[in-house]
Amino acid sequence: MDAHATPAASVRHGPPTGPMRWLTTTNHKDIGTLYLWFAATMFLIGGLMAMLIRAELFQPGLQIVQPELFNQLTTLHGLIMIFGVIMPAFTGFANWQVPLMIGAPDMAFPRMNNWSFWLLPVAGGLLVGSMLLPGGGVAGGWTMYPPLFLQGGISYDLTIFAIHIMGASSIMGAINIATTILNMRAPGMTLMRMPLFVWTWLITAYLLIAVMPVLAGAVTMLLTDRNFGTHFFSAAGGGDPVMFQHIFWFFGHPEVYILILPAFGIISTVIPTFSRKPLFGYASMVYATASIAILSFMVWAHHMFTVGMPAAAQLFFMYATLLIAVPTGVKVFNWVATMWQGSISFETAMLFAIAFVCLFTIGGFSGLVLAMAPVDIQLHDTYYVVAHFHYVLVTGALFSIFAGIYYWLPKWTGHRVDETWGRWHFWLSAISVNLLFFPMHFLGLAGMPRRIPDYALQFADFNRIASIGGFVFGASQILLLIVILKCIRGGEKAPARAWEGAEGLEWTVASPAPYHTFVQPPEVK
Amino acid sequence: MSTHTGGYYLPEPSHWPIVGSLAMLCGALGATLLIHGVTGGGWLLTAGGGALAVMLFGWFGRVIHESQSGYHNRQVDISFRWGMGWFIFSEVMFFAAFFGALFYGRAIAVPDLAGGDEARLLWPGYTGGWPTAGPGLEAAFTPMAPWGIPALNTLLLLSSGVTVTWAHWGLKRGRRGQLNLGLALTVALGLAFLGFQSYEYLHAYRDLGLTLGAGIYGATFFMLTGFHGLHVTIGSLMLMVILGRGLAGHFRPERHFAFEAVSWYWHFVDVVWLLLFFFVYWL
Repeated sequence: MDAHATPAASVRHGPPTGPMRWLTTTNHKDIGTLYLWFAATMFLIGGLMAMLIRAELFQPGLQIVQPELFNQLTTLHGLIMIFGVIMPAFTGFANWQVPLMIGAPDMAFPRMNNWSFWLLPVAGGLLVGSMLLPGGGVAGGWTMYPPLFLQGGISYDLTIFAIHIMGASSIMGAINIATTILNMRAPGMTLMRMPLFVWTWLITAYLLIAVMPVLAGAVTMLLTDRNFGTHFFSAAGGGDPVMFQHIFWFFGHPEVYILILPAFGIISTVIPTFSRKPLFGYASMVYATASIAILSFMVWAHHMFTVGMPAAAQLFFMYATLLIAVPTGVKVFNWVATMWQGSISFETAMLFAIAFVCLFTIGGFSGLVLAMAPVDIQLHDTYYVVAHFHYVLVTGALFSIFAGIYYWLPKWTGHRVDETWGRWHFWLSAISVNLLFFPMHFLGLAGMPRRIPDYALQFADFNRIASIGGFVFGASQILLLIVILKCIRGGEKAPARAWEGAEGLEWTVASPAPYHTFVQPPEVK
Repeated sequence: MSTHTGGYYLPEPSHWPIVGSLAMLCGALGATLLIHGVTGGGWLLTAGGGALAVMLFGWFGRVIHESQSGYHNRQVDISFRWGMGWFIFSEVMFFAAFFGALFYGRAIAVPDLAGGDEARLLWPGYTGGWPTAGPGLEAAFTPMAPWGIPALNTLLLLSSGVTVTWAHWGLKRGRRGQLNLGLALTVALGLAFLGFQSYEYLHAYRDLGLTLGAGIYGATFFMLTGFHGLHVTIGSLMLMVILGRGLAGHFRPERHFAFEAVSWYWHFVDVVWLLLFFFVYWL
């Protein structure tokens, strides 16, 4: 082994320079940055797809894309936004913040951390690149239901392997985060003293490790049904296409909470800071998060009320789903109670957090509407469902990511955020996103099905409004990019505690955080 | 930061992960092209697999070197324990997906096809039952009998669980001979299992008409036993590495997590087999 093998050498030397720094890094901050830029890149690609979709839906008839390409766009938009944007962005936050928040020198497995990240560009590249293959990209919807998914061309197999690789990345990332949280906390940082963001990520990591292998199994069965003559999802061989939906949603529903629990963690960090009050009901937040995680394994069939199942099963899944409103309600109550009588200031991070509380709650309520089996049978696969999950994932998960970016940018870059540009970004986003998604409720209630490139004339007005909202929302995100770049390049110097009311270990180290932090663990009292 | 301060060992930048990522890229592309009969797919897949093997060898070799150099303190050891535990949990869930398919097919899909409106309208005359290749296939097959090779394989794997534990006792008491003999026996039992399993597959394809294409029974049979066989293969390779390290004298009675990790994995593979024997072969 070479002379650089001794650990002391890595302390003396800085990181390698140039591209090798990013390819070989074992530093949690470098890897967090990589995750966040990867998410930003995929957000641009997935967002452009959404713009194309909205452009096609601007008016009835086929104008811009053919139906086959339209289906590819909706499918890849879904896969990219879920696996390429929201999940990597949250993992980027975890990489940056979890070691800083618990007083650890780095993640538990720094090399595996690098691999978790560098598998993602491979998988994302395969997924996006598959659109260029003969026959085009996957067009069966992000849920990949057979028998449609069994009939596609070569890109479908490439997508299956891309999902395997993304799954491997997620599982390794989750094992790393769970181990870091369980084993790397500074002395005195007991579980019930952990910042709530750390708690939500511990539970998210558990969900990831539990369900990503199930997705791997599901797509493996698709692969063998497509290519190796098995009959898992074909009635002729005694299989059942509905079985895929059961297995997929056994993964898929916990996945929904994988996409939102870290958002709860970010919001639970931002709101106390700008309310200048400790989080209301910390312990109940922890228990509510755990309850949501447990319940998430018992509700999967509410995604498939229309496939035909016994009434007893429909009732079970309906009641179990409605039960989730209880811990979620606890959370919303606690956020509001934290703000109650607080000394609130409205920095951009806080604006996004408050918008999250309002708009995520709308998404939660439309979820309750959809949870009721008799209602869902009317609304299944309509734009009401599209409206629901975009409120949860865009004004929910994505807004929390925005809040987190505005909140922690000073710690990452050492500069204060340009609040003026930030406010423009917030108000344009918050108004346009409602213009974009709120009319979809009406479209869905009126019966407009999702995943179609053309529609009946009576849906034209609301679609036009939604498309205009979509274009404004998409364009507003350029402001975010400008804010981030401005913040990286310069600006007012941020002190160690960048926000007046901020609590936690990450604010005890300098801004920007040094390359190595907490080499000696801090004492938490 | 380093062993000098007694802190948590943090590795320097490493090129192994990016090698692994490129290997996965080649592997995924190669496998896709191979499936679709595109020239060069097989070569690309082989290159990816080879690069992955080199990466695993180099990466694990590096970790072993660090362990032998004394960089791993008690906290690093606990991280490895958590990591391996979570990894095995993810493997449990992977098998759960296929067991779920088996139970669903057997308890819901097949009875549905054989009863009620589906049977009357779509598949008249289909009576269901288990094992079955479904109502629409011509495939006639004989199911695998449990009390031949599968029972023998159960005996082999259960014995291997005993020998690996016996090896562990030897390790904990500082008896290297017992450790190495126990590990060698475990490897031998694992390889014997794989030999019989291969023969069983040959027998199924050649004599029983039991193939991947034999409906839901054939699909679940080969998927479950196949992935289990893959795990026995991986486990045997891991045991061989541990045997090599045992012969090299790497383990101490109080510190030998690599051995324990592999034995955890081996016991996990063993438990999966018991479930397979019960639900796939016997019931």
